[in-house]
Amino acid sequence: MSGYWAGILSILAINVIFAYGIFLPVATGQLNLGGAGFQALGAYTAAYLSAMFGLPVPVTVGVGMVVAGVVGFLIAFPILRTRGVYLVLATFAFAEVVAGTILNSETLGGAMGMSVPAFIDWEIPVIVAGFVTLFVFYLMSTRFGLTMRATHDDEVVTDLMGVNIRMVQVCAFAIGGALAGLAGGLYAHSFSFVEIQSFNALVSIYVLLYVLLGGTQTAWGPLAGAAFFTLLPELLRTVLPQVKSFLAALVGIEEPVGPPDDSWRFVILGALTIAMMVLRPEGLITRTMIERLRFRRSSSAREQVA
Amino acid sequence: MSAPLLSLHAVSKNFGGLAVITDVSFEVPQGSRTALIGPNGAGKTTVFNLISGVFAPSEGEIRLEGQSIDALPSRSRIGLGVARSFQNIRLMPHLSVVENVMLGQQARAGNLAGMLTPISLFGRSKWRREAEDLLDRMGLSTYPGEVVATLPYGIRKKIEVVRALVAKPKILLLDEPAAGLNNTETANLRDFLMTISQSGVTLLVVEHDMSLVRSLCDHAVVLNFGRKIYDGSTRTVQDDPAVLEAYLGTRQAEKARTHAEADHVA
Ligand SMILES: Nc1ncnc2c1ncn2[C@@H]1O[C@H](COP(=O)(O)OP(=O)(O)O)[C@@H](O)[C@H]1O
Ligand SMILES: [Mg+2]
Repeated sequence: MSGYWAGILSILAINVIFAYGIFLPVATGQLNLGGAGFQALGAYTAAYLSAMFGLPVPVTVGVGMVVAGVVGFLIAFPILRTRGVYLVLATFAFAEVVAGTILNSETLGGAMGMSVPAFIDWEIPVIVAGFVTLFVFYLMSTRFGLTMRATHDDEVVTDLMGVNIRMVQVCAFAIGGALAGLAGGLYAHSFSFVEIQSFNALVSIYVLLYVLLGGTQTAWGPLAGAAFFTLLPELLRTVLPQVKSFLAALVGIEEPVGPPDDSWRFVILGALTIAMMVLRPEGLITRTMIERLRFRRSSSAREQVA
Repeated sequence: MSAPLLSLHAVSKNFGGLAVITDVSFEVPQGSRTALIGPNGAGKTTVFNLISGVFAPSEGEIRLEGQSIDALPSRSRIGLGVARSFQNIRLMPHLSVVENVMLGQQARAGNLAGMLTPISLFGRSKWRREAEDLLDRMGLSTYPGEVVATLPYGIRKKIEVVRALVAKPKILLLDEPAAGLNNTETANLRDFLMTISQSGVTLLVVEHDMSLVRSLCDHAVVLNFGRKIYDGSTRTVQDDPAVLEAYLGTRQAEKARTHAEADHVA
């Protein structure tokens, strides 16, 4: 496989795991705009353990995941006391605190970043992403998943039904933090280098967008969102120059045109985002859609039996 | 008469300076079908909110089987046997019908193992089957997989009752269960509630449909402006001067009384 495709597969797998990390709190009604902070915790923990102690990858990535999960658990208690836009700002502030701390830490390389000795090829993130996907599907099929979704819809009634909603929210937030940390650890080893600039606010925004646009009602949503938004820019990278030369030919420009400016990809991405919000505010994949597909499948199976 | 299952002792509730419930005491006997009635804004829903723990009383005490429940968090009360429905339907719009009902099982299934066992992954779990059976008995078996948001009002109203019932409560608090139902549906509901009552569940029902109240309930408590104005049999409730006045206003009540007396003379 070419290096280009290997890189895309790695980043796709990492983004899927990362998106699931944000999906879990969002599915309980808690917007988490601090994704990059959790990812940075996992990435730097893995990088540090690998660079300083030469620990094997499963250990560095595992510890990175636990660190992010424990931090998520600890900050969940104060952070989940805030609601709505304040919660969004609090999670955002958390990510800034993490970034600031790392930037000022000489041990972690400060603004210079850190190289990560142990390299992993694309297969490992892809396999891990497969397991994470199965895990999230399992989680959403349990009563815990049911109470997560109920909490999202109506906290007061969910509480009256006997659900400890605080416990559900804290667990979803902490498990989500751990998954984001796992994504970070895999990132560190896949790209052999970590620098704090790659865990900036834009990353937190993008991953939240993957989740919201993919759909927060089922575990299919983040998968679709992460895949779509990781692959679309790559698709545009090849399609856009062709479109430009086609347009140039249309208006009669004969001489070869240069490739379009890179920022066009982001314009198109932004326009698509707005279109999605208008046309499918509940996200690309909704529950009703899944139910309908399932119903069609089971009724056609019944017809075959009859 | 048997001991009260639920009792309110001099309960008051203020919101800021606004006294919504004032010094209300009443008992709901074990196994009874008690109606809680009164004009709009009388405080009936607030009483339900106090019993289920959405709000804490400003004064007074609420007891279940003789024990004060005021210190119990709201989420623990359904486990002790207090389940309720809501006047404005409060089903989870993004959950399917059967999932909404399974949420009602939480108090019986919410331990760690219960939380981590799949309920919808491999075929039908026992919890799912139980929920589907109950929906079936309520005549709702055509809807289980559908998301609640799109269903008609009357159906959603019934699903709320099923969700409360699946908690296997000792007492069921129903807030206007027949509102928006047509005559046939109301009659069905009445029969269904009778069956529930006969299985030993105590009912406390807020309802405006007086014919349903009379045919279902034996005992009525009437509130007006947050105070109790009547506590007794449902048979005599409509003859009570204070109740007539609360519903009709002073002059209309006078008229109604003279009519009734004229009828007696004739
Ligand atoms: N949370 C609240 N805050 C302030 N006032 C409230 C609140 N809940 C109810 N009330 C007031 O209490 C009164 C009784 O309301 P409610 O219990 O809903 O009456 P009912 O159910 O008998 O129609 C109303 O005047 C209502 O405005
Ligand atoms: Mg009311």
